[in-house]
Amino acid sequence: MKFGVVVFPGSNCDYDAYKILLDVMHQRAEYLWHKDSSLDNCDCIILPGGFSYGDYLRTGAIARFSPIMKQIIKFARDGGLVLGICNGFQILLEAGLLPGAMLQNSSLRFVCRHIYLKVERNDLPFTKTCQIGDTLKIPVAHKEGNYYIDQAGLLELEREQQVVFRYSTRNGELTEEANPNGSLANIAGITNKQGNVLGLMPHPERASESTLGSDDGKKVFESIVAYFEERG
Amino acid sequence: MKKGKMLKKAKPKTDKQIQAVVYVSLKEGVLDPQGITVKRALDDLGYRGVKDVRSGRFFQITLEGNSSRNSQTLMAEIANKLLANPVIERFEVKAAK
Repeated sequence: MKFGVVVFPGSNCDYDAYKILLDVMHQRAEYLWHKDSSLDNCDCIILPGGFSYGDYLRTGAIARFSPIMKQIIKFARDGGLVLGICNGFQILLEAGLLPGAMLQNSSLRFVCRHIYLKVERNDLPFTKTCQIGDTLKIPVAHKEGNYYIDQAGLLELEREQQVVFRYSTRNGELTEEANPNGSLANIAGITNKQGNVLGLMPHPERASESTLGSDDGKKVFESIVAYFEERG
Repeated sequence: MKKGKMLKKAKPKTDKQIQAVVYVSLKEGVLDPQGITVKRALDDLGYRGVKDVRSGRFFQITLEGNSSRNSQTLMAEIANKLLANPVIERFEVKAAK
C-alpha cells in the first residue's frame, strides 16, 4: 500500500506525517502537491496539520478548493481512506466530507498540550488495533478546534456512532476539564457514515515515537496498515 | 463631463464599478467566544446595560459594472460558496449599487 500526504501552502505537519510513515511504520509514502490533479494511486490520503492559506477566511476554507480536493472528494465518495489531522480535519469539514464546523476554542487561546483521547469505535480502518475505551495520550495544537454541529446533527452523529474519539481524563472520564477547546460532547474526532473518512484535531503523528513522550498515536497508523494487510 | 462622455463612446464597456458589502456573522444560537469575551470586557470597563455582543466580519467587494449577472445573485453565490460557512454562519449582502 501507499500513503499520500497532501501539501498545501501553509501545511506544517506534512513532514511529521511523512517521516512517521517512512521511518517508524516502514511504509511507502509520497507527497501530493495541492495543485496536482492525480492521487498517484495512493491507497490512503492524509491531509496534514498546519495553517493552509494562513487560516485566512476560516480554517480550511480556501484549501478546500485546491485542485487536488476534487480528486480527494471523489476518492472519498468511492470509499478511499482519507485521514484529516487538525487543519486536515478542518479542511474535511469545509469540504463537506464530514459534518459540522469548527469554532474558535472557548478559551480563545491556542492550546498546545498533551490530552487523552477515549476510543469509541474500533471497527474502523483507523482504529482497528485499539480497544473500545482505550485512552490515547496525544497532543493537540490548535486555536479552532471547538467542534460544533446543530442539535439535530449531533443526535444523528451519536445515533450513527460517528464519534470516534472524545477528549477524556486518563481514566476515560468525559469531563469538562479534559476538553481543551469546548467541543460539543467532548468530540475530538469523527468519521463519515461509511467509516472511510476520519478527521481528528489531535496529532497522532506527533505521538508515534516514545522519545516524543508518547507513541499512542502510532495506533492510528498501525490500524490503517493492518487494515490493508488484512485486505491483501 | 464632456470628456467622460467621449471616453464612454470610445469604449463601449464602461469602467463603472459596483460596490457590495457582504456581512458574515455566526448564526443565532452558535456560541461566539469572541463576542462573549468582548461583552465581559465591556462589563469590566463598567458599561452597564450591554446585553449581548455578537462578532462578525464584512467583505467589501468591487465588481465590474458591466458584469452581466445580477450582482445581488452573484454576491449571494459567492457568500454561500466561500465567504460564509452555512453550517455556522449567516450572511447579508448590502449596498450593492
